[in-house]
Amino acid sequence: MSRIVGIDLGTTNSLVAYMKEGHPCVIPGRNERTMVPSVVAMTDNGLIVGDPAKEHLTRTPERTVYSVKRFMGKALEDVQGELAYFPYSLTEQGGVIRIKLGEKSYSPPQISAMILKELKHRAEEHLGESITKAVITVPAYFNDSQRQATKDAGMIAGLDVLRIINEPTAASLAYGLQEKTQGTIAVYDFGGGTFDISILKLKNGIFEVLATNGDTHLGGDDLDREIANLFLADILSQHGIDLSAYPDHMQTIRLAAEQAKIELSDELNTQVSIELPGNKGRFTRKLTRDQLESLTMGIIERTLVPCRMALKDAGLTPDAIDEIVLVGGSTRMPLVRQRVQELFRKTPHCEINPDEVVALGAAVQADILSGGTTDMLLLDVTPLSLGIETMGGVMSSLIRRNTTIPASAKEMFTTYVDGQTGVDIHILQGERELANDNRSLAKFRLNVPPLPAGVPRIEVTFLIDANGILNVNASDMRTGQSQSIEVKPSYGLSDQEVEQMIEDSFKFAAEDVSARKLIETRLEAGALSTTMEKSLSEGGQLVVPEEITAIRAALSALATAKDGNDPRAIRARMADLERSAERLTVAMLNDSLTRGLQGKKVSDLT
Amino acid sequence: MDHPHTHSPNPRELQMARRLCWHCQSEVSGEYFCDRCAKVQPVSKETDYFTCFGFPRRLTIDQSKLEAKFYELSRAFHPDFYQSKSEREQTISLGNSATLNSAYRTLRDPIQRAEYLLDLDAGAIKEIRNSPPADLFEEILELQDTLNEYRAADRTSAIWQQLRAKLQAEQLTLEERKQDMEASLQQLFTDWDALQDRGDSTSQARTERDPLLMRMREILSNRTYVKSIVNDLVATIG
Repeated sequence: MSRIVGIDLGTTNSLVAYMKEGHPCVIPGRNERTMVPSVVAMTDNGLIVGDPAKEHLTRTPERTVYSVKRFMGKALEDVQGELAYFPYSLTEQGGVIRIKLGEKSYSPPQISAMILKELKHRAEEHLGESITKAVITVPAYFNDSQRQATKDAGMIAGLDVLRIINEPTAASLAYGLQEKTQGTIAVYDFGGGTFDISILKLKNGIFEVLATNGDTHLGGDDLDREIANLFLADILSQHGIDLSAYPDHMQTIRLAAEQAKIELSDELNTQVSIELPGNKGRFTRKLTRDQLESLTMGIIERTLVPCRMALKDAGLTPDAIDEIVLVGGSTRMPLVRQRVQELFRKTPHCEINPDEVVALGAAVQADILSGGTTDMLLLDVTPLSLGIETMGGVMSSLIRRNTTIPASAKEMFTTYVDGQTGVDIHILQGERELANDNRSLAKFRLNVPPLPAGVPRIEVTFLIDANGILNVNASDMRTGQSQSIEVKPSYGLSDQEVEQMIEDSFKFAAEDVSARKLIETRLEAGALSTTMEKSLSEGGQLVVPEEITAIRAALSALATAKDGNDPRAIRARMADLERSAERLTVAMLNDSLTRGLQGKKVSDLT
Repeated sequence: MDHPHTHSPNPRELQMARRLCWHCQSEVSGEYFCDRCAKVQPVSKETDYFTCFGFPRRLTIDQSKLEAKFYELSRAFHPDFYQSKSEREQTISLGNSATLNSAYRTLRDPIQRAEYLLDLDAGAIKEIRNSPPADLFEEILELQDTLNEYRAADRTSAIWQQLRAKLQAEQLTLEERKQDMEASLQQLFTDWDALQDRGDSTSQARTERDPLLMRMREILSNRTYVKSIVNDLVATIG
């Protein structure tokens, strides 16, 4: 079986990992960093992803997408309350959000696919082979639409998504393998945009999830927002400027808030300094950890509610938890650790890097699927109850939340009117009494042969597979014939749309490749320039002034080429620069050798 | 009442013996895998949860044995281990896993297990009565009145506090009652299993059997009723 990689498709950062000789490891990029910022920017030269795209957040905020995970499987009305925070323009088509980037609109799965492609490329470069299969993680509390959207993203990126697994359970696999964790554990996963709590029993290689709970709209983003709002209020009162009119400055504020939050995990206070628009000077202020904590306490407190509910569903008290594992960047905050410790009355574990542990676990799951690891097995649950709408708009539950998956339920349907030829079925997910208060997953029509009322007997099987995704089948009990069902997702792309997007993605692949080539060439050119500048300042005295002038000229020619859009021109200027600096390079090498040899006897050298 | 399975050999066992492998068509004598080609076999729709786990139909089950068997069968069926297998095997793995998970969920909970077994052995036990049990009737009516009063009362008033205290006391009483029922059930379960162990083909066993079934049904149904009232109470007073 060909290699399967594990991918953590995060709100803020994404990672790819694989199993190397029985140990999971994260694949670093050329810059040695393991995390790819989940940011996609539309530039004049095409789409770019990750670190280079992050630079565009403040430059072209209206064309730079971040936190796209918050929009996966959602309609516009679901995110109405926070539209003001996003500088890019959102619309909706067929129950799916569309993000406008320049001339074109993209669905969240398409944007996520760009991030996935970047990770795929990274893995291919590192491993020197084509990668077509992956395990992708999602928050445990993701509903069916959000999971399906993630699977769609994988398909659009040219990946066969063999399994969607839950982030906290992935983390438990990494801990189980590396730290030999056993017993009843709680995984507290507080990431960039989502919060999950999962309670598992680890015994003899079986990872049995007892209960899970969470909030798919609660994460580091929300903490940053609280801090940013404080800064905005200060700027308004001190400088009389309403920054919300300046999308680029709003991004600067958001990033400064995030930075301050990160610094305050290690320091007790930090200094913020932000340039104001229109030459109004700078906004500076001190922020202490105490201030941060009183600002974010409410949000952190909100994570404890799902924790208590998960404990209750598992039928456990906090004392019954043997270990607590922390996952996600937001768990670096001391207040988070303190509150978790107070709830479970135990010191939480964080031996494995909380930013990487989910990707590592995904690699372990990938290895299980490819037959490498055979002693470990994850038995996960469905986070939300699944049901159908019945008479009077009430939801009738078919598969309860926290049921081990795969799980199935059968329901018999019949007709109420003579000759009725169809029965409409509305599938829901959620915990509320009324259908309207739950998430609509899909609607479909059962075809029924025209018979007297009550005679037809159609058995519908609802099956939640190991990915937590619903499959529906119907069979006529009278004829024994099964019927295929056209399920129209309430909040998702249709199969045809996904097909089209896959096609588009191939079509634009050429454009993407050239954009990537340009960015990479620019990065290399930048690195070369820096090295040369350094050589000039350190070894300038070793060559004649004419040489220095020539090198300077080559440097500025390269700088000009770098601003252009032609990677070949940049390459040519890079070669020119290297040629003109040849003598300097050789001279510096000789010089360091000579100095290295000084004071040493010939006998030491042989 | 007619109990065909107690008088004739178990039809399921006969069927199992004649089962042919879907892949190589040879006779399958093993539990879930073909002896010849080692392919996984679908758990038959007729297989009850006890048979699925290879356990006798008893109301008392050793939890740790049940868990161990669940883990063992999970390792045998889980889709994770069928990724490189044929589509047919993947479908069987998915179906078997779903059945196994339902079976485990049912058998590990004593009440669900009893309801399931009584369903198998004595027809529809799940018909929950709409009217409250006679001895609870008066009490429940009064409780409903108190609940309505409480919902309508002003949260700051003294009467609200009094009603709340009354409801809390009532909740404790009902929960105790539920525990008593569970204890009686436990005893009935033991009696039932003892009867099964003796073999219930004698006419004396059959005369003992029906009252036992009736009694279990009654308590199970009353317990469901008390449980929903308690849930209602908890939801109201928090």
